[in-house]
Amino acid sequence: MLHSILQIGDKYFMWNEGPMIWTSDALIVLTSLGIVGLLTYLKRWKWLWDEWLTTVDHKKIGIMYIIAAFAMFFRGGMDGLIIRAQLAIPNNHFLTAEHYDQVFTTHGTIMILFMAMPFIIGLMNIAVPLQIGARDVAFPYLNAMSFWLFFFGALLFNISFVIGGSPDAGWTSYAPIAGPFYDPGVGENYYLISLQIAGIGTIATGINFLVTILKMRAPGMTLMRMPMFTWSVLITSVIIIFAFPVLTVTLALLMFDRLFGAHFFSVTHGGLPMMWANLFWIWGHPEVYIVILPAFGVFSEVVSTFSHKRLFGYKAMVVSLVAIAILSFTTWVHHFFTMGAGASVNSFFSFSTMLIAVPTGVKIFNWLFTMYKGRIEFTTSMLWALAFIPNFLIGGLTGVMLASAPADYQYHNSYFLVAHFHYVLIAGTVFGVFSGLYYWWPKMFGQKLNERIGKWAFWIFMISFNMTFMPMYFVGLMGMTRRMYTYPAGLGWGPFNLIETIGALGMGLGFVVMVFDIAYTIRHPEKDLTGDPWDGRTLEWSIPSPAPEYNFAVIPEVKGIDAYWMMKHPKEQEPGPVKAVDKSKIRPIHMPNNSYRPFIISVAFFVAGFGFIWQWYWLGIPGLIVVAIGLFLRSFEYNDEHFISTEEIERTEIAAGRL
Amino acid sequence: MAVNMESLHEPISSSLPLEYQGDGNLKIFGFWVFLAAEVVLFSTLFAVYLVFHGNVAGGPTSQQLFDIRGFTIETFLLLTSSFTMGLGTYEMRRQNTKGVLAWVLITVLLGLGFLGMEISEFAHYVSIGANISRSAFLSAFFVLVGTHGSHVTLGILWILSILVQVMRKGITPKTARKLFVVGLYWHFLDVVWVFIFTVVYLTGKVM
Ligand code: HEM
Ligand SMILES: [Cu+2]
Repeated sequence: MLHSILQIGDKYFMWNEGPMIWTSDALIVLTSLGIVGLLTYLKRWKWLWDEWLTTVDHKKIGIMYIIAAFAMFFRGGMDGLIIRAQLAIPNNHFLTAEHYDQVFTTHGTIMILFMAMPFIIGLMNIAVPLQIGARDVAFPYLNAMSFWLFFFGALLFNISFVIGGSPDAGWTSYAPIAGPFYDPGVGENYYLISLQIAGIGTIATGINFLVTILKMRAPGMTLMRMPMFTWSVLITSVIIIFAFPVLTVTLALLMFDRLFGAHFFSVTHGGLPMMWANLFWIWGHPEVYIVILPAFGVFSEVVSTFSHKRLFGYKAMVVSLVAIAILSFTTWVHHFFTMGAGASVNSFFSFSTMLIAVPTGVKIFNWLFTMYKGRIEFTTSMLWALAFIPNFLIGGLTGVMLASAPADYQYHNSYFLVAHFHYVLIAGTVFGVFSGLYYWWPKMFGQKLNERIGKWAFWIFMISFNMTFMPMYFVGLMGMTRRMYTYPAGLGWGPFNLIETIGALGMGLGFVVMVFDIAYTIRHPEKDLTGDPWDGRTLEWSIPSPAPEYNFAVIPEVKGIDAYWMMKHPKEQEPGPVKAVDKSKIRPIHMPNNSYRPFIISVAFFVAGFGFIWQWYWLGIPGLIVVAIGLFLRSFEYNDEHFISTEEIERTEIAAGRL
Repeated sequence: MAVNMESLHEPISSSLPLEYQGDGNLKIFGFWVFLAAEVVLFSTLFAVYLVFHGNVAGGPTSQQLFDIRGFTIETFLLLTSSFTMGLGTYEMRRQNTKGVLAWVLITVLLGLGFLGMEISEFAHYVSIGANISRSAFLSAFFVLVGTHGSHVTLGILWILSILVQVMRKGITPKTARKLFVVGLYWHFLDVVWVFIFTVVYLTGKVM
């Protein structure tokens, strides 16, 4: 009995691998029990179900995205710290090579797909409908589907650590090492299938926001009057729609190789391993723009708000967004210049890559000119935006260095590259989402995050970030390659690596301080009753915080760029706060009902995915059938909307001091 | 739906077709965008197939496998079904429930015929050892054509579920919109098939 339990434990839960796994098991079980216990004790199950798990409200979905992103930042950050612990000193054998492979793979995959993406999408959900004066996204139900697909995809990816083993072929999962021959076991199946599930959700998000922005803007808001964040989301949605289906296919093809014996990427039977690299980066390079453009959008809002000036060069900003989006599809080969595509091919992709620096530079100058002669207010949000410019510039300039194909033969796959992409991903995307979080937090919860603690978090994180990644440029030029699990002494790499590890600990501390800021703010809220704590310029600040369910009691009329600013500063009158809602214009509002189905369908997806990962088709196929049934039942649903009566709207608006 | 509800309760306007009333416009537009994503998906599969076309690894080539009679009939069935679907939409605009049911059922039957032929084609290949593991060419062939086939399967189930709704509710702005959207999907699959017919079968037969 005991023997067979242990056998199962070894086979599925890797208990033979020692205390690290046991501790994780124990922690996961304890945390889960703790959450269940707490919810039961506080009698919060019904609340959780009614208010969150079944919600289709874009504001709540946005909050859930951000909570999940924070959890994933923690997980990915722990992986990063484990990497740095292993590399702190030469000849370290804290991790085996196999474990190291798993850790950098989960680190990279989680950070990009399960931290950066949901954080960005969370901010999109919170801000876009409010910025364009809409009552929700175009397809609220689909929006909930997107979230739950992402959530269960992420969960599926994370459980690989304790059930069956994590993927270990890098976040790029290159063939043939990720193929069935060199990498048997379930790890890569987890990668393929969990990304597939989350990716379907992302495509739906792209479609949803494209339609929302094109079709649901308030009257008067022409395209060229949209807030810049909304512009960036529009362009990002287009990139998602054109890039993510490529990922869908790519993952599916490798899945066919691994599960059904196909030969797309194998070295025998006519397969082409290089096909993977091409397909992966045809999605992968646009993907990095998917996570950076919305961050650019955030900076545009934040810089203009806290410089108390209109954004400089609005048209140039739009044109450069479009240019970047187009160019992002023409550069993928720069990820494998060394694979020998030949001089002319490499030259083309060198050139197209360097071209991207032009529109990016235009944007940087526009932010600088926005600040020029502005009355700059150094809020935490603004600090993140200010720090972005020089740090991102370092990442961008080293990117131009990497874009030079002959030089790349030297830098390729070295720590120089690792430093480069962290400088763009962290100084761009992560600084961007943090800036956005501090900026829109009052809109989400009706209270500002504590600025003092926030600034501490900023300085600790920003300085430690440079301490972690700046030495990597140098150690990379000295020859240290990426994904190497240990290195000998005597090469002069030791001190650099030690500094990096100390820096990484500092970043961890910065993150903890930020979480503390959130906890502190929740306990000591500084209520913002104005709805407009920053003297904002765009429509989201014209309504109470947190926004009522229906967002706008009366859909506003837009007269120009920075619509709310214009309302506050009418030409004829003295500037002053505009609050009052015109009672005579209030009409009953139709809103979509909550639905349990997106949650259930995604659970079924999760179960099906788990079945396919283990090649348990008795589980996978019924799982898919449940998914299909769920979708068909949705088609038969007719009464999925409810009314909010004028009286209720009036009551809500009076309570918010608007009537 | 979260759009301005005033627009939802406008009287049915005669300037717009039935399926575009209310939030139909929004949903139909959304579906077009979805189809754009599907175009990218199929383009990727076509690109992969074209690269692998010659990589037969000593196994059967497309020229040896493909049967002109078979794929011509398949094409005929699917193209006709697109036409009958169009007739269904026409009857829908004329508010003729019976006509809709008749034409769309014929569409389903044609679709089933197509599917049956495709399945037997695949089964035949597998029976002579030309399965997905035989060569990269066959992997690409099965996945491209199979993806289209599974779309057709899903399409048939979807059409049936909407027919049930039309039977129950008659032709309302909502059922009309659903019928119109599934029609778009069906025509899209037809277009994809035209490419499969030329790029995979015709080209494969001569090259
Ligand atoms: C929190 C602090 C972080 C630390 C200490 C850290 C550290 C590292 C290190 C040392 C590597 C190289 C591992 C190797 O090649 O052996 C790495 C790889 C990587 N990191 Fe980070 N990182 C951090 C945050 C992030 C963030 C925020 C992102 C993305 C948004 C990110 C994305 C990646 C990716 C994509 C890889 C490549 C993984 C692979 O080679 O497959 N990292 N990280
Ligand atoms: Cu790239």
